[in-house]
Amino acid sequence: MILLGNLALWLAFLIGLWGGITGFVGGAQGRPDLQQSARHASFALFGALLVAVISLELAIFRHDFSLEYVAAYTSRNLPTFYLWSALYAGQKGSLLFWATVLSLFACLAQVMTGRRHRMYLPYVAAVTCLVATFFISVMVFAANPFERLNFVPLDGRGMNPQLQNPGMVFHPPMLYLGYISITIPFAFAIAALLSKKLDAEWLVAVRKWTLVSWLFLSIGLLIGMWWAYVELGWGGYWAWDPVENAALLPWLVMTAFLHSVMIQEKRGMLKKWNLALIIGAWLLSIFGTFITRSGVIASVHSFTQSNVGYFFLAFLVLAAVSSFTLYATRLPLLEAEARLESMVSREASFLFNNLLLIGIAFSVLWGTLFPILSEAIRGTKITVGPPFFNQVNVPLGLSLLALTGIGPLIAWRRASVPNLRRQFAVPATTAVFVVLIFLVAGMRDFGALMALTIGGFVFATVIQEFARGARARHRQYGEPTALAVVQLLARNRRRYGGYIVHVAMAMLFIAFAGMSFKTETEATLKPGESATLRSADGHVYTFTHLGISQYNALNRQVTAALVEVHRDGKAVGRLRTEKRQHVDALGRPTFEPSTEVGIQSGLRVDLYVVLAGLVNGTEQAVFRFTINPLVWWVWFGGFVLVIGGLIVLWPGGGAVAIKGVPAARTQAGYTVKLEPAGR
Amino acid sequence: MIERVNRRGFLVMAAAAVGAALQDTTSARVYDPERAGRAQTPITAADNDPGIQAVEKKLRCTCGCGLDIYTCRTTDFTCTYSPALHKQVMQLAKDGKSAQQIIDAFVGQYGEAALMAPPKRGFNLAGYFVPSIVILAAAAVLVKVLRRWTAETPAPAVSNAARAMPDASPEELERLQRELDKLR
Repeated sequence: MILLGNLALWLAFLIGLWGGITGFVGGAQGRPDLQQSARHASFALFGALLVAVISLELAIFRHDFSLEYVAAYTSRNLPTFYLWSALYAGQKGSLLFWATVLSLFACLAQVMTGRRHRMYLPYVAAVTCLVATFFISVMVFAANPFERLNFVPLDGRGMNPQLQNPGMVFHPPMLYLGYISITIPFAFAIAALLSKKLDAEWLVAVRKWTLVSWLFLSIGLLIGMWWAYVELGWGGYWAWDPVENAALLPWLVMTAFLHSVMIQEKRGMLKKWNLALIIGAWLLSIFGTFITRSGVIASVHSFTQSNVGYFFLAFLVLAAVSSFTLYATRLPLLEAEARLESMVSREASFLFNNLLLIGIAFSVLWGTLFPILSEAIRGTKITVGPPFFNQVNVPLGLSLLALTGIGPLIAWRRASVPNLRRQFAVPATTAVFVVLIFLVAGMRDFGALMALTIGGFVFATVIQEFARGARARHRQYGEPTALAVVQLLARNRRRYGGYIVHVAMAMLFIAFAGMSFKTETEATLKPGESATLRSADGHVYTFTHLGISQYNALNRQVTAALVEVHRDGKAVGRLRTEKRQHVDALGRPTFEPSTEVGIQSGLRVDLYVVLAGLVNGTEQAVFRFTINPLVWWVWFGGFVLVIGGLIVLWPGGGAVAIKGVPAARTQAGYTVKLEPAGR
Repeated sequence: MIERVNRRGFLVMAAAAVGAALQDTTSARVYDPERAGRAQTPITAADNDPGIQAVEKKLRCTCGCGLDIYTCRTTDFTCTYSPALHKQVMQLAKDGKSAQQIIDAFVGQYGEAALMAPPKRGFNLAGYFVPSIVILAAAAVLVKVLRRWTAETPAPAVSNAARAMPDASPEELERLQRELDKLR
């Protein structure tokens, strides 16, 4: 199996090179034979990499500890569920996973692209093959997952306990799917630049793929936040860690693209900007991979430091220089077809939305890299932690949330004063009511107050849009309100799905603001003793330590503490928090004892209990009790965001007429392409 | 021999049991304390002092986790650095140092890297203000470009509408405009 895996990797490397060369040459010379060969290479590449993946998974499931990777990340008693995820638990395996998923996406791009966009496919095959080849070359020359050990250990080291969580089974693949699939829109963008076919065609091909990437990346980020919350035990879900930041950067840029692309569709404007965003999003995904794998910036999420960072840095520089050089040579072909008519228009609001999204991306990138810059220029090491990022990004984030509500209220092309008055009346009044209610209720936290007020504004905007649309359908077709809302969503998925995503963003921001009211305490309790903690909404929670139990599970020795919770004297449940000493099949400890948090999640607050440890080996235990407001709404907001994204992505549901593209071929929420008034 | 060992063992166990009973009647010893990680010391009022916690949230743990001292010591119970740094903070507080003096003492000992956010002075100002300056500059450029674009755009479509409907009265045109505004 190891030999087969190695052979498959080398074969994939050669196929990738072939696909890259034939795709570019075939595309440039217009040779159908080479173009066809490049397309076939995409499929062959996936086949070879799949063989490598199967070989590695078989070695993992057979506990073949002669393989360094298997011995380093698995053990005989590792639950089967986590044996699957061992494929991407380490640096080498995750590179293989990355290359394989990329080759799968490359095949899907070849298969799912309609006849109309076939002229891009040789170049798409070339770009995807070359990017996959880069990842394969890193494996072949620096981080081979099929590397053998000089001896065969009786058992492997096992998987890091923090990775033994359902969240970690889904979080990395989702994040990878998001990261990796950005290569497809990037490949289409490069194909459009190389073939000089820079009309609206490439945009149609690219938009859906970008949405797919955005959705996967959103899910990956959300599951990552959930994993950090339930597993790491610090009571939060986002710490502005460099690796978290690296995942956020392409998400921000893709979000900007998904907005600005509408201006190109409707007005034929921002072609240069949209292409730059796609190239930028892909480069940022490679940058994120470089950060994660090079160890250049300290992070709790990083893989072990290794020399693969140099490969990624070289690739990043080469890709950036070649992409933007090509882009620069095509700028004359990317002139806008129309001009903006008014500063007070939907187009202008989208441009400011783009400014803020890219501004946030820049400030996150700047904060992430500033320690390196400081060390290089001043020779002084500094830390840029959450206080810095919150200070810089919270105002920007709130401004962006405000635009989420303002944008849909402003008309395309030009908004008149009566129109603005009519559109803003209800949302603005709602915002004023919200701020007054919370001020009267005694809230003085400025950030939270702003998040709630702007959130209320966004909710009112979206409700108003749905209400007006439903009323119009009711008038026109006599549909009952509920049916009219469903029909609105079904007929205009992109627009109303987008509004649902806006609602989700408002929910998320309000939930984030809830963390300003977190309360916590530490206590040492003997069985029967209690600690009390007052939540921000005035309830008194009593935590009673019931006792400690110890027992053995499949691959761990557990010390569990049971805590009974009362709210204002009424029992609300029991929470269990654990210390886990993981052991291998021979009973030998494999890692330091890890902590499992006890969480009771509710609509208003989460109760979060952590067993810090025992005093003198007795049942007297040290606990940390935390009350986290509104955390449930983060997960629910994330769910709503995914639903909104899926609605937008779902095929059909209205069509947009883009200049030169028949309406039936595009899926969008607009039925008319607006032409400049003078035409 | 066996009998002697058993007797000694019995005496040791009895002494330990009596000692434990005198010391604590509610906290039984667990089966295997090693499984529960490093032994903890009881929490004191100073550990929960909001002032101490606020200071610790501004200071970085030196173990390399990237977390502040408070978060690290209450999260990563395998870390040996954060409890020691916590003790150092409490000692400085006990010595009568103010929050700023404690922070300064840490910066003096560990350098600027001891802070969770760089101090706002010198080169660090670039860290804080470059994003805002870049965004403001980009906004200014955007506004300028938008103004230029809007200036280049021909007059709005009202004249076209008027041309298309030569028989329309000003009242009718106004009504049309109102209806159009509603549709936008």
